Amino acid sequence: MSIIKVENLSRRFGAVTAVNDVSFEVDEGVIFGFLGPNGAGKTTTINILCTLLSPTSGRASISGHDCSKDPAEVRRSIGIVFQDTTLDKDLTAYENLMFHAYLYGMKRADMKKLIHDALYFAGLFERRNDLVKKFSGGMKRRLEVARGLLHRPKVLFLDEPTLGLDPQSRANLWEFIVKLPRKHNVTVFMTTHYMEEAEVCDRIAIIDNGEIVTMGTPDELKKTMGGDVVYLKTTDNKKAARDIAKLFNLSVSEKDNELYFTTSRGDACIPEIIKATGDTVLSVRLQRPTLNDVFLKMTGKEIRDSDVSSDDTIKETVRAYRRRFGRS
Amino acid sequence: MVEANVVYVLVAREFKKFVREKSRLVSTLARPVIWLFLVGGGMSRFVSPGAGINYMQFMFPGILGMTILFSSIFSSISIIWDKEFGLMKEILVAPVSRFSIVIGKALSGTLISVIQVAIILMLFPFLGIKLSFPAILNTIAVAVLLAFCISSLGIVIASFYESFESFSVIMNFIVMPMFFLSGAMYPVNKLPAILKVASKLNPLTYGVDALKHAIFGSGELVDFSIFTDLGVLVVSSLVFVTAAGFLFERKK
Repeated sequence: MSIIKVENLSRRFGAVTAVNDVSFEVDEGVIFGFLGPNGAGKTTTINILCTLLSPTSGRASISGHDCSKDPAEVRRSIGIVFQDTTLDKDLTAYENLMFHAYLYGMKRADMKKLIHDALYFAGLFERRNDLVKKFSGGMKRRLEVARGLLHRPKVLFLDEPTLGLDPQSRANLWEFIVKLPRKHNVTVFMTTHYMEEAEVCDRIAIIDNGEIVTMGTPDELKKTMGGDVVYLKTTDNKKAARDIAKLFNLSVSEKDNELYFTTSRGDACIPEIIKATGDTVLSVRLQRPTLNDVFLKMTGKEIRDSDVSSDDTIKETVRAYRRRFGRS
Repeated sequence: MVEANVVYVLVAREFKKFVREKSRLVSTLARPVIWLFLVGGGMSRFVSPGAGINYMQFMFPGILGMTILFSSIFSSISIIWDKEFGLMKEILVAPVSRFSIVIGKALSGTLISVIQVAIILMLFPFLGIKLSFPAILNTIAVAVLLAFCISSLGIVIASFYESFESFSVIMNFIVMPMFFLSGAMYPVNKLPAILKVASKLNPLTYGVDALKHAIFGSGELVDFSIFTDLGVLVVSSLVFVTAAGFLFERKK
């Protein structure tokens, strides 16, 4: 069953179209990844879904509630971790959670226990009475995720959750995020521009220039690349090439004394290759397509090296638009 | 609809931060004291306001008004800070009515201002002013109303700005003129005609006038009747709160 439904959603800021006719659905209980370079329209989409922004056209709904027409119900159903921290750094971890509990009208009797649970879950119980300004980036993020879950939302939005974290904190945070759907019975909608991080998602949509270019599970997307490439070195390449071509009924090429061929099931065919080539095999390696390859194919550019100047232009335009029309 | 839990937690947050930052308390109390004793002390040598009081005593209600003006406006425009550094988003995505947020912020500003006014008010014996206990209570009551009015105005102002860059604009073009045209430093009825009109459009004028009523009684020092003062403060508070609620509801 889909919990998030987006139909023909568009949002323009003056002359700039940040989101252009986007449609997708997200099933309950999955981790859904929204991938794209900076300025692709990810944050704009999240802001519409979490009722901070109204769409120019199209519809978005969460758990059956329309994001524009019924914002109060939508707000009750969601938790959000924004790209920039929204903690009050002059309050303690405990006070930040308490603030959230009151905002969401949680029952007094439950508050204390739920806040303690959240602090344990975030691994911050010992630091609960420290001011948030003393926390590291990773600790703040974990606290924000725990806070976003405090009122037991149906959907948790994570906008670039690992931005600005060191590699170790990133790895820790991912470990923490993948547990969420089962542990908290929540659907996770996250954006990232780190392709390797998107591997943990159950489903991915790639967005570029405000439009969705492709959607599917990470494996499905990688399969569109034509499969894995197996590389092989043997003492007798000619014989091995003949044997393998016959065995799998495909064509084998050779480059720099190394044989290679493309197959849809690279991992499973390695034992058979070794059986067939016997003692002559020197090395076998398998290269699987990455999401980065998928992105490159779909958009014609590397996600990391995407045109920085055009991102800045979009951000500048949005900022100028806000200044002119003066709204948050 | 106003949700009590939201109003409570917004006020509690502001109060907690206020108490925690001792340096902020000291510096906000320093301004009125400096004005009172340095400006007031200097001016009282060659200005005589009449009515049997000296200039420093004349300035006292105005300085209370100034304390309220500055601390209420600053408390409210901290919303701009919260917008820039994110906390406002956490509040805006919560399932709470925008009106509760406005009331919560306005009452936060009111509480912080009134605490400061109460401290400054205790200076009255040093200025040779005699205040009865009911007069003190009346002064505090007027301070509450005025602080709520100015805090709501502050929220309206804050809703037009996205970043703190505009801080000096607010300071120079709104706060300072409001202070000088409020009757805090000189009686409004002696101003040139055009400034008199401006001062009559300034809610702080009525607040300062009401403070004069509370402190000096309704003698020759006041410009309006106490009913006019309180009426204007109540009506403008309602206008500002409604406008702020509307401006908060508006989405990009």
